[in-house]
Amino acid sequence: MRVSFTVNGRPQEADDVWEGESLLYVLRERLGLPGSKNACEQGECGSCTVRLDGVPVCSCLVAAGQVEGREVVTVEGLADYAKQRSCGDSCGTSLDEAKGWQAEGTDSQTGEGTELSPIQQAFIDAGAVQCGFCTPGLLVAADEMLERNPNPTDADIREALSGNLCRCTGYEKIMDAVRLAAARQGEAV
Amino acid sequence: MPTNGAPTKITQGSRTKGGIGESTLRPDGTLKVTGEFAYSSDMWHEDMLWGQILRSTVAHAEIVSIDTSEALATPGVYAVMTYDDLPTEVKNYGLEIQDTPVLAHGKVRHHGEPVAIVAADHPETARRAAAKIKVDYRELPVITDEASATAPDAILVHENRDDHHIGHVPHPNIVHRQPIVRGDVGAARERADVIVEGEYTFGMQDQAFLGPESGLAVPDEDGGVHLYIATQWLHSDLRQIAPVLGLPESKVRMTLAGVGGAFGGREDLSMQIHACLLALRTGKPVKIVYNRFESFFGHVHRHPAKLHYEHGATKDGKLTHVKCRIVLDGGAYASASPAVVGNAASLGIGPYVVDDVEIEALALYTNNPPCGAMRGFGAVQACFAYEAQMDKVAGQLGLDPVEFRRLNAMEQGTIMPTGQPVDSPAPVAELLRRVKAMPMPPEREWESSEGVDVRQLPGGLSNTTHGEGVVRGVGYAVGIKNVGFSEGFDDYSTARVRMEVVGGEPVATVHTAMAEVGQGGVTVHAQIARTELGVTQVTIHPADTQVGSAGSTSASRQTYVTGGAVKNACELVREKVLDLGRRKFGPYHPAWATAELLLEGGKVVTDGGEVLAGLVDVLEDEAVEVEEEWRHRPTEAFDLRTGQGNGHVQYSFAAHRAVVEVDTELGLVKVIELACAQDVGKALNPLSVIGQIQGGTTQGLGVAVMEEIVVDPKTAKVKNPSFTDYLIPTILDTPTIPVDVLELADDHAPYGLRGVGEAPTLSSTPAVLAAIRKATGLELNRTPVRPEHLTGT
Repeated sequence: MRVSFTVNGRPQEADDVWEGESLLYVLRERLGLPGSKNACEQGECGSCTVRLDGVPVCSCLVAAGQVEGREVVTVEGLADYAKQRSCGDSCGTSLDEAKGWQAEGTDSQTGEGTELSPIQQAFIDAGAVQCGFCTPGLLVAADEMLERNPNPTDADIREALSGNLCRCTGYEKIMDAVRLAAARQGEAV
Repeated sequence: MPTNGAPTKITQGSRTKGGIGESTLRPDGTLKVTGEFAYSSDMWHEDMLWGQILRSTVAHAEIVSIDTSEALATPGVYAVMTYDDLPTEVKNYGLEIQDTPVLAHGKVRHHGEPVAIVAADHPETARRAAAKIKVDYRELPVITDEASATAPDAILVHENRDDHHIGHVPHPNIVHRQPIVRGDVGAARERADVIVEGEYTFGMQDQAFLGPESGLAVPDEDGGVHLYIATQWLHSDLRQIAPVLGLPESKVRMTLAGVGGAFGGREDLSMQIHACLLALRTGKPVKIVYNRFESFFGHVHRHPAKLHYEHGATKDGKLTHVKCRIVLDGGAYASASPAVVGNAASLGIGPYVVDDVEIEALALYTNNPPCGAMRGFGAVQACFAYEAQMDKVAGQLGLDPVEFRRLNAMEQGTIMPTGQPVDSPAPVAELLRRVKAMPMPPEREWESSEGVDVRQLPGGLSNTTHGEGVVRGVGYAVGIKNVGFSEGFDDYSTARVRMEVVGGEPVATVHTAMAEVGQGGVTVHAQIARTELGVTQVTIHPADTQVGSAGSTSASRQTYVTGGAVKNACELVREKVLDLGRRKFGPYHPAWATAELLLEGGKVVTDGGEVLAGLVDVLEDEAVEVEEEWRHRPTEAFDLRTGQGNGHVQYSFAAHRAVVEVDTELGLVKVIELACAQDVGKALNPLSVIGQIQGGTTQGLGVAVMEEIVVDPKTAKVKNPSFTDYLIPTILDTPTIPVDVLELADDHAPYGLRGVGEAPTLSSTPAVLAAIRKATGLELNRTPVRPEHLTGT
């Protein structure tokens, strides 16, 4: 079957999709967006978390056909998504900004120069990334929580991220990262 | 060489930004937060096929027949291979003993053993085709424990053993046995005022790395193959893969793909050979990705263990002797079992001074899942038991458990049960003092004027208590882990370092085959290069087999050994650069000949700080490159009868304090805080060091209260191969983990550093158990603790 939906603001089409394929498979193997991860493929680990019409879901549990006509945001689109949110409707590209992008460029080896969302930057700065396999799902989930709850308590953070397993960090640096992103968000307002 | 623990002094590079000792950020961080970092399961190739493995549905059986015809006839299937299709006479592999069949031959020895492989154009087609392969099994009785393994009429798990351990084991179903005997336990026992015996059980833990086993094999035009793979040791894989394929190692090219965690579970091969076989058979790239269910069968686990201990002590609190027997279940194939036995035995009494010891450790061959390396590697199981014993002895003597440990704590100069002196700082008492001195988390934090926050109570949002029946307990533990490969292993690493001018700036490139599995080795390599070469720009070359072996990312060894190799190669590059400078500029300034020269901030400077030349001018268009192997000091094998020998390179110590709250009515445990103090010798990257300690601590917490692979003792089948039924700690289960880092230099090691990754996994588990015992008054001789163990239901 053919599935048409929007991914990170862009219309996408996938052809020859077998009915049993998950949204995760279509993103990773058909659309070239492997950022959403495949740690368990059974809805237990949260590594495949994406936003589906704004709601965080395990994309491994969503049949590809279910996303027909809907909007998906993945980790690859998180920086743009956060930028849109922070500047609301007035999110045009100024000439200066456009020049800035040209001048910067990105390093394909290290990603240096890439524009990041506040939660992405906070994960790097706080040391919340080790192997990084849980990171994309955690970023999408944490970003969604901060959108709803800009001043979370520790208990709020733990509750919101309880569906995302991490095996490397012991979660302490992830807590630090979310606190840091919340604090920076507070300063910016 | 004496070592006095004084802080490491850095002269060269101390003025260059981003060097060792700073918490520089990961070079792969940006790619990992944007989703662009290419893990092994993200590999993709035009026209690639998907591989699938058919695994045995029974644990122990003869294979009567395999019928692949229906699978082969499935549209979309390109190849089906069984044992009969293996291309050479080499049909087994293994880390130390080549006892593991690439594909089962006539017999399967454990549940989930690979029997056949399929390649198809869609993963679901491959799965369905594999399910159409008909395997006729004639089931055999299963060997599941020591009694069934060593019974007089026991079936041999491996019939014709010819490995180097068979000569000294008491039964062919024992992989390896290591006794350690020192002093006179009989005489020492006479001096004991109390003798405490205990029998302990340690459950089977899974590494549960999140990135599943996966990779992509691409056939090369010269008949070889290029494998993009997640592993802990590229060259060890290569050594095992090439002979099975019938290719010289030069024709099996390996590149490290992104690794989603490892923790020991990627020391053994998983899908490497299968992917290469299918790629060479079909002439097409083949990708294999396990799902989580298969991952539970696709790698070895931590050995479950039965441990029997006897401790004696005088009434003034001095240990007289320790006797112990540690039986590890190695499962169907050897994997790393022999080395795990060596560790369990040599570290079996913990970080204490005991002159009279009798230790025996052994690993069984059974039909249970194969067990091998996992973070802590044999020292974990022992620590759980000896620390429980230490609490029991302290209790009998009426001593405070920390005070009792302090009285018996080893220190520099202590002789290990192996006869090896501990010749660098061993701050066991100090770590205990520090962890005890940390501020206690407040009581009843879940209670406020607004009511009760159930999220912070045992049972959490299940809303099972508002504080009724909740009791707090505090427990302590300390452990000892070896760093690096032991027992005479030639444990070297290789680094290639290049310095040249790129874009008008001096740039260092570091090329090693080290597997970055998340630990942050790539961060540290760049820091070392900055410090040693005085440059800010460092490029880390992707890890592959185009450079010499780096050894394994295990045994807490990579910062020590590959870090040591990078340091050494940088020093050689520095000398060459200085020679170049002397030739070019020496005649113009006497300091080139007379002063001590350093590289700082991209310049050659004297130790007095005078700038002699820029590296850009010294190098011009020349590149200076060195590739060199580096070794730590050699170790010896343990004597097979007495266990004596200088078997270890270095020891690593951590201590924990656990604070738990237990709902005693329902048997639910909430760990409130898990504080750790650890000596790291020198923290090359403090942020990463703390991350390692917190991560290791959490894996110890997991096996204390939830993690266990359950194997049916009647069938030897795994009952919970999923994250639904095998639980690892979530962010709700994991408490605050305050860390106190001590830096007492070990002068034998680069920068005085001590391997960090494993020690915190040891003492975390017994600390949590001790705290639960304190809260409940129960004996709790097994881990993990489940609710029924606390309620008796």
